Amino acid sequence: MTGTASGTIPAAELLQAYRTMRTIRDFEERVYKEFQTGQMPGFVHLYAGEEAVATGVCDVLTPADYIASTHRGHGHAIAKGCDVVAMMAELYGKATGTCKGKGGSMHIADLSTGMLGANGIVGGGPPLVCGVGLSAKVRGTDQVGVSFTGDGGSNQGTFLESLNFAAAMNLPVVFVVENNGYAESTASSFHQSGIDVAKRADGFGLPGVVVDGQDYFAVREAAAEAVGRARAGGGPSLIECKTIRYFGHFIGDQQKYRAPNEVADAREHRDPLKNFRARVTRAGVLTDEQLDAIDTEVAELIDRAVAQAQAAPFPAPESALEDVYVSY
Amino acid sequence: MMTRKITYQKAINEAIRQEMAVDPTVVLFGEDVAGGEGSATGEDDAWGGVLGVTKGLKKLYPDRILDTPLSESAIMGTAAGAAASGLKPIGELMFIDFLGVCFDQIFNQAAKFRYMFGGKAETPMVIRTMYGAGMNAAAQHSQALYPIFTHIPGLKVVLPSNPYDAKGLLISAIRDRDPVIFCEHKMLYPMKGEVPEESYTVPFGVANVLQAGDDVTVVALGQMVGFAQQAISMLDGVSVELIDPRTTSPFDDEAVLRSVEKTGRLVIVDESSPRCGMAADVASLVATKGFNFLKAPIINVTPPHTPVPFATPLERYYLPSPERIADAISRLASTKENV
Repeated sequence: MTGTASGTIPAAELLQAYRTMRTIRDFEERVYKEFQTGQMPGFVHLYAGEEAVATGVCDVLTPADYIASTHRGHGHAIAKGCDVVAMMAELYGKATGTCKGKGGSMHIADLSTGMLGANGIVGGGPPLVCGVGLSAKVRGTDQVGVSFTGDGGSNQGTFLESLNFAAAMNLPVVFVVENNGYAESTASSFHQSGIDVAKRADGFGLPGVVVDGQDYFAVREAAAEAVGRARAGGGPSLIECKTIRYFGHFIGDQQKYRAPNEVADAREHRDPLKNFRARVTRAGVLTDEQLDAIDTEVAELIDRAVAQAQAAPFPAPESALEDVYVSY
Repeated sequence: MMTRKITYQKAINEAIRQEMAVDPTVVLFGEDVAGGEGSATGEDDAWGGVLGVTKGLKKLYPDRILDTPLSESAIMGTAAGAAASGLKPIGELMFIDFLGVCFDQIFNQAAKFRYMFGGKAETPMVIRTMYGAGMNAAAQHSQALYPIFTHIPGLKVVLPSNPYDAKGLLISAIRDRDPVIFCEHKMLYPMKGEVPEESYTVPFGVANVLQAGDDVTVVALGQMVGFAQQAISMLDGVSVELIDPRTTSPFDDEAVLRSVEKTGRLVIVDESSPRCGMAADVASLVATKGFNFLKAPIINVTPPHTPVPFATPLERYYLPSPERIADAISRLASTKENV
């Protein structure tokens, strides 16, 4: 791809990036719809609008790298390679789900893909990736740990502790802050005094940058630099991605705290998929036909995921007693 | 096996040293576990832990004995993340009381990974932590908070009461594939006992019957085991069976029930607070599963429901004493059979 400092990204990778973002978008839009039917239990936080962040970051990671996610974790899981059909089944609480129906939306994890888990505790993830970093360092691998945290999570002590901890211990870790402007319903203009989270990196002695989280290429470039630095032994970095949440904090949130045209405006002018499509077609790297074909394939995948999830059996009630310990 | 008398503290140090020698994925970190990191004089291993328990290990394993910033949440979370990604970490929570600033990483993260993730995760970590009263360390450095960990499914909780168990249980803890909270009583560090030089394990969930007896069962934990032994030595004509459960999770229900079936009388001595503490838990076990064995009401000997006080007379009053334990045993032994 032309026009980025990270150099040319092969067309096949761009197609894959688009496929990932499209999969996240369709997964979330469909979950929103299916949740209204009452068949999906629990509560769900949707990632739509923020696709370029998870995708741009995970596209510079290897399967051996780890990520720690948030309560809004579907996008991270998809971008890190979790199976979409199993994820959908997990949301329905089915035995075929990623976590056999034990976790649900907020705990989707698959260590075989390096996905250390969505997390129901805001700020839960940053200390965990310090552990990934220490593990890589002690075992002598070049693995990297990446935590995703929202702007709300950036106010947790665990986040701030982890910045310092990773810097002091020189750990191969990247802290990604997805600043979507709201900690649940509370605006970042208030809860972080409107000051960029990235500036906090200065106080802990690590590099911090702000990027447009709606721009896949900007996110990927910043992530490539930070991950490369971590892999090479250069220690942790902080990337703040300014992004937009298309839905409420959870499905059912009336969002009366948002301007009436806020989301519609973003969908029209700051949509990461539209941006991506315009960019790659204008540059002549990919065609609309290629991207449309992906749209069709992804739509079929999501249909299949929903159909299989709905048809799958619930876990046996007694399986509630399994997997508390390896042995007890 | 070659045995010799060493302290509880030395036994713990030896367990860590021997496991680090055979397993390169074992790593120990926390505040001042070596001491002196970044020192102006260049002296590392200056402390070897705040009470010197890990002294000398830094020189043997400089890359695996790691001082950290003073950040308990980050330390606990690092242990959890490292365990999930290929290490066998030992994270040190210097005082168990500091649980208050890092509990989330232990009970919402490490303890739940395996279950929440559908059995696909293993989190083989140990948290070494110091607990207990007797050192005038006051309300924020003296608590016996192990019931809080015991309450959490997914955690195992270990309370060695002597040097032999300390070494064998810690080696078991390091080799275990689940998260283990290893609680070291600070007053027991100088305690000496026979400990084999070789590596060995003491299994979890298997109580130690220190002495067999027919009249009264005494269940005691941690520091209270020694206190109960002193109490028993004060008594004449009472045949006491003394049981040290060694681990509160898993807990050896059978050993306690078997003993109470024989004696019909039970005293539980525990240093944790009386409400929702281990004494209440063991009493509940016997009341629900061994009620017909009982010849008299159970007696719990615990501290009062107060914070741990500072001044020596107050702290002595707070802790169950050998005298109080002896009184409970003799009162119970003299009760008539409940019919």
